[in-house]
Amino acid sequence: MARLNVNPTRMELKKLKARLNTAVRGHKLLKDKSDEMVRRFSAIIKENKKLRDEVEEELSETLRQFSVARSVTPAYRAETAFSMPSVAVGAQCGITSVMGVEVPAIELVNQKHSDGLPYAYSEITSEADYSVEKAAGLLPKMLQLAQTEKTVRLLADEIERNKRRVNALEYVMIPQLEETIKYIKSKLDENERAAVIRLMKVKNKA
Amino acid sequence: MNGKLAIVGDGDSIMVFKAAGVATFPAENEAKAREVLRRIAKDYQIIFLTEELARPLTEYLKRFDEQPYPVILSIPSKNGSTGYGTELLKSAMERALGVDILFNN
Repeated sequence: MARLNVNPTRMELKKLKARLNTAVRGHKLLKDKSDEMVRRFSAIIKENKKLRDEVEEELSETLRQFSVARSVTPAYRAETAFSMPSVAVGAQCGITSVMGVEVPAIELVNQKHSDGLPYAYSEITSEADYSVEKAAGLLPKMLQLAQTEKTVRLLADEIERNKRRVNALEYVMIPQLEETIKYIKSKLDENERAAVIRLMKVKNKA
Repeated sequence: MNGKLAIVGDGDSIMVFKAAGVATFPAENEAKAREVLRRIAKDYQIIFLTEELARPLTEYLKRFDEQPYPVILSIPSKNGSTGYGTELLKSAMERALGVDILFNN
């Protein structure tokens, strides 16, 4: 391990010791943070997996059903029937923090069914009504999935970054500092011994 | 903050969501989807994107991973799930943990 390029003086030694102290403390803190993030991450990713499986299954089912139901009506009629939605959904988008990482917090709002469906019943088959209903019912779950999935991705990035920091401290910074401190210490000892010997020689001559 | 929902996909898969009150943006291919995304990414906080379109755009979608919003969620289209969502999940897990804790088979 390369040592730092510094002058072997007492001043530098003192400075380096302080830096080593900070590095060790920082390393410990970051390591704790990393452990906790991984713990939370495992919980969230399990939830994510469960949600995704559910949503994928239900959504595929709904879309397939809708596709079949729609195919009995001419395309242009279906197009016009569905192009004027009577409901508007929105979402309350907030931000929460998981271990200092900003993640989205989403909540579905104002999902008001004025009179059920946005088109005349005569236009569309009842199977399609059913799919629309089902799709609307799926939205809260999809939003929840969107939220967890984003959280997983943001958290994964942060864990990766943090891991790099921990490793840099553990395998580069700290060994380097220790090595340099050792070097300065031995150099100072060496100087001291040289001074003693010199004194002895001078005394002998006199 | 009030967020808006949008869905991008092929005509058949997204029509049902239009009736449910979500803003829809049809896109038949990846180039169109990219253009649509660029246009709506600022205005819509939550964007659903069908897997067929999301898969070729994986690299492009990475840029949205830096901030909490917009959230882009890949969903199966009417042709069923292609397993893309699970793949994403797996890659995130491997990156963060280095081990597989969900699909150990």
